[in-house]
Amino acid sequence: MDTVFIDGISFAFPLLIMAIGAIYSEKSGVVNLAIEGLQGFGAFVGSVVAVLLLMKYGNSATWIIYVAMAAAMVGGMLYSILHAVLCVKFHSSQVVSGVVINIFSVALTGFLTSVFNEIMTGQASNKLMIGVSPRFDVPGLSKIPFFGGIFKQMYPFEIIIFVIAILAWYVLYKTKYGMRLRACGDNPSAVHAAGGNVTRVRFTAVMISGALSGLGGICIAYSISAQFSPNIYMGYGFLAIAAMIFGNWHIVPTTIACLFFGFTRSGGYKLVLGMGLSSNVSELAMMVPYILTLLILVFFSKNNKAPAAIGLPFDKARR
Amino acid sequence: MKKNKKKHNFIKGFSYILSDDKWSKITIPILAVLLTIFVTLIIILILGKNPGTALSSFLKASGFAAKENYAGGRSMLTDFFSFLGLMAPMLLAALGFIVAFKAGLFNIGIAGQMLLSGFLASIIVGYSGLNAIVAKPLVLLVGMLAGGLLASIIGILKYRFNINEVISSIMLNYIVKYITGFYIKTKYINMITRSSRPISPASRLTITNIQFSDINLSIPLGIIVALIAVFAVRFLLDRTVIGFEIKTTGLNRKNARYAGINTGKSIVLAMMISGVLSGLAGVTFYLGYYDTIVPQTLAGMGFDSIAVSILGNSSPIGAIFASALVTLFQNGSTYVGSTAGVAREIANLITGFILLFSACGVFFKRHAKELHDKYEYQEKLEKALNESAMEVNE
Repeated sequence: MDTVFIDGISFAFPLLIMAIGAIYSEKSGVVNLAIEGLQGFGAFVGSVVAVLLLMKYGNSATWIIYVAMAAAMVGGMLYSILHAVLCVKFHSSQVVSGVVINIFSVALTGFLTSVFNEIMTGQASNKLMIGVSPRFDVPGLSKIPFFGGIFKQMYPFEIIIFVIAILAWYVLYKTKYGMRLRACGDNPSAVHAAGGNVTRVRFTAVMISGALSGLGGICIAYSISAQFSPNIYMGYGFLAIAAMIFGNWHIVPTTIACLFFGFTRSGGYKLVLGMGLSSNVSELAMMVPYILTLLILVFFSKNNKAPAAIGLPFDKARR
Repeated sequence: MKKNKKKHNFIKGFSYILSDDKWSKITIPILAVLLTIFVTLIIILILGKNPGTALSSFLKASGFAAKENYAGGRSMLTDFFSFLGLMAPMLLAALGFIVAFKAGLFNIGIAGQMLLSGFLASIIVGYSGLNAIVAKPLVLLVGMLAGGLLASIIGILKYRFNINEVISSIMLNYIVKYITGFYIKTKYINMITRSSRPISPASRLTITNIQFSDINLSIPLGIIVALIAVFAVRFLLDRTVIGFEIKTTGLNRKNARYAGINTGKSIVLAMMISGVLSGLAGVTFYLGYYDTIVPQTLAGMGFDSIAVSILGNSSPIGAIFASALVTLFQNGSTYVGSTAGVAREIANLITGFILLFSACGVFFKRHAKELHDKYEYQEKLEKALNESAMEVNE
């Protein structure tokens, strides 16, 4: 049972931080299908920094992971400016822009990884080895029967994500900026009339979502794959978007959706392993999150309420 | 003053051809391609490689220019036919994307539809030992059915349950990837190559090893299918009621419904036709250009085709030129890697830039229009001032 908790949470938390990023962007009225590309690019930047630091300071320096996470956030944020410019300034179709950002990110990181490896090692490779993240048991709490598994073998990033998630909730629902942000998604003209700057709010919202997605990306790189490779683009960004829709664009229900994704995934693995089937069949269990996403969307897409002004570029000349 | 006038006229003319509705259909894609080539050249220069070698290698790899030497039996024509073999599925996939796009839908499940149709056609026809006259049309039929059915699921999910088609099609991509990967790995695997067993030559949509005087050719039948499809799609969109309904739904779904169009039907139908074309792309790719399927891998072409359609202004004729260009870069990536020493991922990056700059097209056009209007206003102002000055003189 412990492994179900451990794997479930280590999958759910990166998903959650990406979903919160998506909420920020979409609440401000910008459709963000670019989460997948943003997390990949963030993970790439973080991994490059990690590889460089590992070369200089060796494997013993455990602080590298935190620098890598910060770098991933910066990388994701910088890359998201592209989406913000296309959507907010250029008034391109936001769905088109999102898909473009995703495809461009796959191409760009693939190319840069191979160039980077060639310069550093002289060998063409599409992987960056970033080392393993340290893990720890929470003293006391991990001794609780049954639920103690939640606190066993935790990744440090789970704590960071938890703190950022609470902070993100506070900013979105309890501050003036958060209120303006939500208003931009529902009635941008009203924000403009009240003296707010819709363009700036949307721009920053997309950048926040880029930073959070980048963080999610590097966490996936550290936990699931332990390296950066084109396999970082596994569609988890889209799972995060599905979790957001399931959670009706609110942070707390979205958290539940992410945990649900995480536990069904780890539970499914456990089940397949327990039945002692071949490795081919256990690969088939990888489909579970995707099928689940479709089913969830079938049941929850019809009646949910997306922000009213989502997908519409704001033009103050045409109010 | 005179020089200024010249510059003025140049900018005015330049902004006119970019912003005029008729011209911009051609000029904006050309601008996107020029920007892409410019950025690519700079990247190659920064890497310290020779951009001239790289660009000419792209042409050489696809048989548009002669390589220094050819292996026995190969020639420029061999390379060109191989290029056509890859261009056929690219063009079909782009057509598939276009039909859905006209209905306002974003079919990024093309890769999954290609894989499923290629897989089903392989196991139903490819391993059956039917003779060529029966097998080849049957391959096309299976591909069309498989792609059409899978894509119409996306349409139904969109219309019945209001599910964003981008998300549902991505999910279906992964599901198809794992299911077909599972069956290929357990049942149809070739243990040495780690991909599926090659299909029978009779069912393959490429006629291989034709001796033409002393050179060896493989004739891709897919390109014929693709060109027929171009005109079929053009006819469908421009000349039929269904096409009109699809386009109207894409322009404004609410208005279309008020006009009495069954938008649900249009959405599902557009998605189905899109899937049929993607299915054709799948069989010409997996049972034409290749004869095996690598398990658990989605073809990058499913995404490249989006760049093709947007670059081609989502017009079927435009897609011919755009697919030729994008295929040129994709087809030459390995050869350019060996001659110019640029990582082969450059091809994907170039496609990415094409996509990015094409997506900026709306902005380019709007900006050019503003510029043009500004200059025209200035001109009128000057003219009016001159006239009033003359009146005063009189």
